[in-house]
This record gives sequence, C-alpha cells and structure tokens, in this order.
Amino acid sequence: MTGSHPVLTMTGISKSFPGVRALDNVAFRLFPGEVHALMGENGAGKSTLIKVLTGVYGTDEGTVTLGGEQVSFTGPMQATAAGVSTVYQEVNLCTNLSVAENIFIGREPRRLGAVRWSEMRRRARSLLARLDLDIDVNAQLGSYSLAVQQMVAIARAIDIEARVLVLDEPTSSLDAGEVAQLFRVMRQLRDDGIAILFVTHFLDQVYGIADRITVLRNGQLVGEYATSELPQLGLVEKMIGKELRVLERLDEHPRHDPADRAEGTPLLDARELGRRSAVAPFSLTIHEGEVVGLAGLLGSGRTEVARLLFGADRADHGSVRVHGSPTSLRTPVAAIARGIGFCSENRRAEGVIAELSVRENIILALQAARGWLRPVPRRRQDELVERYVRALSIRPADPDIPVGNLSGGNQQKVLLARWLITEPRLLILDEPTRGIDIGAKTEIQRLVAQLSDGGMAVLFVSAELEEVLRLSHRIAVMRDREMVTQLTNDESVDADRIMQSIAAGAGQEGMPS
Amino acid sequence: MTTLSLMATRTWSRLPRRHVPVLATLVLLLVLYGVGVSQYRAFSNVQVVFNVFIDNGFLLVVAVGMTFVILTGGIDLSVGSVVAMTAMVSAFLLREGLPAALVLLTALLIGPTLGFLMGCVIHFFDIQPFIVTLAGMFLARGMCTFISGSSIPITDGFWTRMSQERIGDPSGNFVSISVLVAFVVVAVAAYTLAYTRLGRNVYAIGGNPQSALLMGLPVGRTRIAVYTISGLCAAIGGILLSFYTLSGAPLIAVGMELDVIAAVVIGGTVLTGGSGYVFGTVLGVLVLGVIQTLITFDGSLNSWWTKIVIGGLLFAFILLQRLIGIRYK
Repeated sequence: MTGSHPVLTMTGISKSFPGVRALDNVAFRLFPGEVHALMGENGAGKSTLIKVLTGVYGTDEGTVTLGGEQVSFTGPMQATAAGVSTVYQEVNLCTNLSVAENIFIGREPRRLGAVRWSEMRRRARSLLARLDLDIDVNAQLGSYSLAVQQMVAIARAIDIEARVLVLDEPTSSLDAGEVAQLFRVMRQLRDDGIAILFVTHFLDQVYGIADRITVLRNGQLVGEYATSELPQLGLVEKMIGKELRVLERLDEHPRHDPADRAEGTPLLDARELGRRSAVAPFSLTIHEGEVVGLAGLLGSGRTEVARLLFGADRADHGSVRVHGSPTSLRTPVAAIARGIGFCSENRRAEGVIAELSVRENIILALQAARGWLRPVPRRRQDELVERYVRALSIRPADPDIPVGNLSGGNQQKVLLARWLITEPRLLILDEPTRGIDIGAKTEIQRLVAQLSDGGMAVLFVSAELEEVLRLSHRIAVMRDREMVTQLTNDESVDADRIMQSIAAGAGQEGMPS
Repeated sequence: MTTLSLMATRTWSRLPRRHVPVLATLVLLLVLYGVGVSQYRAFSNVQVVFNVFIDNGFLLVVAVGMTFVILTGGIDLSVGSVVAMTAMVSAFLLREGLPAALVLLTALLIGPTLGFLMGCVIHFFDIQPFIVTLAGMFLARGMCTFISGSSIPITDGFWTRMSQERIGDPSGNFVSISVLVAFVVVAVAAYTLAYTRLGRNVYAIGGNPQSALLMGLPVGRTRIAVYTISGLCAAIGGILLSFYTLSGAPLIAVGMELDVIAAVVIGGTVLTGGSGYVFGTVLGVLVLGVIQTLITFDGSLNSWWTKIVIGGLLFAFILLQRLIGIRYK
C-alpha cells in the first residue's frame, strides 16, 4: 500500500485570509491505493487544504506535486482534468437537471457535437448499478433525497478517471446503511488503485476504513500516522491538543431529575399544532429549565417542528400558549418578542451573515429586539461580545474579522452567542452540533446543560441520539412528519428504545418490494 | 436493502413539474384562439395565424436569445436598443451606398460584439446583469440618435425584395422571409439547448452556478456566450425589423425588451434560471400576438388593452410558477 511513490505530495503549504492564518507550512502525502483520513477540529484547516488541492484557492507558499510533476491548479476544472475529483459535504450538483446529466455533464458522450442522450442514460444506469443504486436516471435530481444526491455525486466523481478522490465529509447526511454502502464502494476504488482522501467527523468511520491518518490543528500539521498504530483516544488528543478532561467532565454531569421540572404552567404549550404537507398536528409542552430533545431521522419533520414553534413557518392548525396566555406565533418577530430564540440548522444560508464581523453578528438579535432607534452602546457591545467570545471560545478571538472567515464550528458558536445575549426564555437549537468537531461539540453540550440549570428552556433538535439522551429531560420522537411518542428521559430510556420508536412501523409503509 | 430504502425517499411525484408552465401556456393559447374563432368568422382563416408570425417574427428571434440569458438566471435589457441600432446602422450604411451584403454583415456583427462585451463585464467584474445591460441599453439607444435624429428610409433592392417576397401555398396564404428566418433561429436554438454542451451548461448554471463551477463546467465562457447569443439574436431581429418597416428609426422598439421578457416568462421559463424551453418561448410570443390580433379584430378596444392583458397574464404565470414549486434557490 505504501510502497513506491506517493501520487500526491503537498509541501510547505501556507494560506492566509484577512485576519486568519488558515494553513501554516502544512505537508501532506497520499499514496495510490490507500484511504487516508484528514482529521482535525473545525478551523484546523482541513477545508482550506482541500480547497488548495482542488484549485478553489491558490496558495501563498508551498508546492503541490501530482504524479511526480509539480502542478498549480487555478480552478476545479483543471484539478478534475488532472485526475483530482472531489465530492463535497454539501452536494454540489444541479437539482434542476436529470440524474444522468448530473453524472455526465461536462463530459457527455457525443457524436458530431450532439449529446447522445440514450448512451448517456445507459452509462448512468450501469454506473449507478455499481453503487447498488436503483433510481430513475431521467428524473430530476431535486426529486431525490440528499443521501441519494450524495451517491450521485460520488458516481460522478468515480466516472471521471480519477487518480485522487477527495471525499469531504460525504457521510454527514447518510444513515448507517448508506455509509456501509459508501464504504464498500470506497474499498473497491481503493483496490483499483485510486488514492482516497477522506474527511469526516465520525471517529468510528475513520477506524472503519482509513489506512492512514493525517492530523491538523490550528492550521498546522500535527503528524501522519498509520491507523493501526494510533488508538482512538490518542487521535482525539492529537486533534484537540489537550487531555480529555473536558469530555469526561460532561459525562459526569448528572442526568437531571426530570420530575421537578415538569410542574406549574408550562413556558410553551403547543396544542395540536400542525401545518399541511410539513408536519402532522402535535402537542408539546416545554417548562422552564427543561431540555426537550427532538429525535428522528433526517427528513422526519424535526426542523419543521422547530420552525413552527419559532413562527418561521405559519401553522394552519392548532394553538400555542406562552406562559399560559394564548398567542399566535405567526412570524419570527412575534416569537422573539415572547422570548423565543432559534438557531437554524442551516447556518450558512439562514444564520450568520458572512460579510459582517463577529461583533456585528453577535449584536444583531439584541439590536433587533431593542429597535434600531436605540443603538447598543459601544462599551456594552464590547463587554458582551468579549464575554461570549471567551465563554464559547470562539476562535480566532478577534471580534472584528468577518464571520465568513471563521470555520463552521466557530460560526455556529457566533450564532449561539447572538441568541444567548438576548436572554431568551426558550432557545430552539436545530442541529447545533452538526458538522462540528468533538471539542466544540462538548462545549456546546455543556453550555446547554448550564443554560437549563439557569432556568432557560431548550428545545434541542439533533440527529445524534447519544447527545439527545445525554442532555434532555424529555425526548419527543419524530417519524414521517409525525410526532410518534414522547418519553421522559429516566433510566429506562436508552438509544435502543428511541431507535425502536423511530423504526416501529417504518418497515411496512413506503417500501417498494 | 439500502437500495430499497433509497427508493422510498423520493419525495416528488412522477409528473415533471417543469413541463407544467409550458402546458399551461399551450392551453392558454388554444383558449385564446378558440375565443377568436368563436367571436369572429374571419379569425379561422389560416392567414390570421400566418400574420401573427409575420408581425412578430423579429420579436420571436429576440425572445429566443433572451431565453438563453434567462435560463442562466440573467437578464438582458439591451435587446430593444440593439434591435433599433441594427436597423439604424443598416439604413444609414445603405443610404451611404455600401453594398447590401457588406451592410448585412456589419449590422449582424454589432449586436454580438456588444453582447460579448457586456458578458465579459458581467463575468470578469462580477456585476449584476441588470445594471450592465441597462448601460448597454442606453449606449445602443444613444448610438441610434447619434447616427440620425430622424428616421432613414431604406430603398435598397435586396431589402425591398426581402420585404415583399411572399412564400405561399396555392390557396393564397403566405408568410414572409422573416418568418422562415425566425423558424431557422428557433430550430437552431432548440437543438443547441437540448443537444450541445453549451446548451446543457446553460441549464446547469441556471440551476446552481456554484455547483456548476465545482463540477468543472466553463461557467464564465458560457455566461459570456449567452449574452453574445442574445446580442446576435437582437441583431437578426433588427435586420428583420428593417425588412418589415423598410427604414431605420431612432425611437423604434423602445421598451421591446420588456415585451420580450414577458413573452419568455409567459412561455414558462423561470426568471431565476434553470428551467424552460425554446418551444415555450414560441408559445409565449404567439400568446402576445394572438392577444394583439384579438384586440385588432374587436376594433373598438384601445391598443393599450394589449398591455393590460399581458400584465395580468404575467402576474398569473409567475404565481403559477411559484405555486407549483419551481424554485431552485
């Protein structure tokens, strides 16, 4: 595997953005026929390194050698032509085109300049058969789920005669079965001699597939290791650069006693709340100081529930009471006025404003609540921003750089800080830890626990059952856009029980034979 | 197993929604035609349909170019002025005594050159197409008045022959050369969009420009190409207009770009890009033409009624697009 020569060598790579040194003298090697995991916390420089490799960014310093020749890609097109294909975390395909076209566009089979549609469909079908994916290649890509779209993206990458395949967090939206399917394909490609660069936040997956691991931290190279020689604990320590005390502390955090919370007038009382074609009517109460977890698979209606409670979508059924008085949460403004805050799952499109500075992003919701005629005094701004930048350890700790220059995890923290300074009574967190490294994840979890101890109610939406179990007093389970059950989180509840709720009945409906 | 579960996650129905707007336009056209036939006896005459084509041939050609631009999610406001400028330049050069072939070539080069330059500005400086083509619109319109403040008649032999040539069937129905030219343009455009890389890239960019770039498609080149194509179509439209009117006038085709955009949208092309067909644009132009004809047949209605009806239809169609969920961004 590690014989002969590396197909790809990157040496002395440095890259800076205004205010951020994203990569500092980083080296990286990739051999043919290996799966190589690139690990690091958010902001460690993984995405930047990949974008340098695939020609999206230029480098400030350093050289990239591919197949023995020095290269300098000025765009993804050249990288692809040279045999470096990339599948990104967010599916970068065109949903308005057909499946077949998404696989082949740019290199369609042609005769005399004319696209040969039937040939294209035939080849698309055989390629997808290799991935065990039986879908209509004529259908618009947008009519399929994200998981299917991800597979189509991989099919596209495989079909290009790739020497290096870069998979940038391809598994973050896939379920276990789909991940297994992906791994099978990856092993097959590896055996064909393709070098695979794999980025993921799931440690299990690294140990399930990777041959070697390169760890980055704060834009610098920590080291390159054989997977078999680096135990999981050691990997985490290398990634976060400190001992695992933080993690242990959270595990010691006692599970709250749920009984004493669920008394008195609930803070929020939704009765038969629903919206046609989004989520079936559900009833949910949240008390002060209570964390209610919302579990369920991707697309089960979790986000829809959160959006209804925040007024981002308008309910067409049922009623809501806040502190016992009936109210209608018709718009986010109404919800904010009643002390409800919402961190969107889609932080790039709906959350942070990339061009504004960290300070401006944090102050935004507070300022909106006060009205524009009463600006927040600068000294108060500085004080608040400094406190939350420190409390959430937002990195880099410079409040004046644009948020767009921060990594995903740090953007998420900025978003969280924005809502925290308005001191909401109910905070809705939609997937606050998705795509975030383990250190930041723990910090956010600990913060949620602290907030609820301080009396804030939290609706915690997450795909990861462990974290829902760890944090919640009660857990509502979603399935097929319906709230199927609500469990009080005591000793009898574990991941298996929730899985059963999610799985129950799923076997019968919607499954073509 | 996973294959099966993936099958089940498909969320949309089988009916391709992107076809719905075009079908709606087709139904609308048939209804309008039906109304005409039932109200006026002479409306069923085949020549009425031919006249719609004759009167709107140049509009159709320009609308085809606009379809390319809108499919990428852009807009081209300069087309009306380019049409006028092309006609104006032709009339001026013919009056100066240049041979018809040379005039034709020159006039046909101006539009695409301006389109190419606007495309370059839009791409390389990353500026909104709206403002760039607005500048192009003023520039071209200004050039018209710069050439001459008043209308220039065309007396050239080739032009008059093109203007008067009738291609007909034995029963006396006929179309003009313009209509044939328009059909050729439509056919070439439809083929380009459906069967060439350029055409497919146009749809991809309209669907998601960021993805298109990451998929390695030549986004910049395609963007520049569509504005060049739109410029070429506007130039051809200008020539056809000068065949039709046998003159060049500085203030002709003012506001035409808006009629063209209306025709494209009524024809089912989505303004945010990525969805639409040339065939739809043909239907959209025909809808506008049939409405005009209906109002002419009525005789008592002011011609502004055309605008009122088009305004109403435009509202109806953009609402339809939103309701059936064509929205990719």
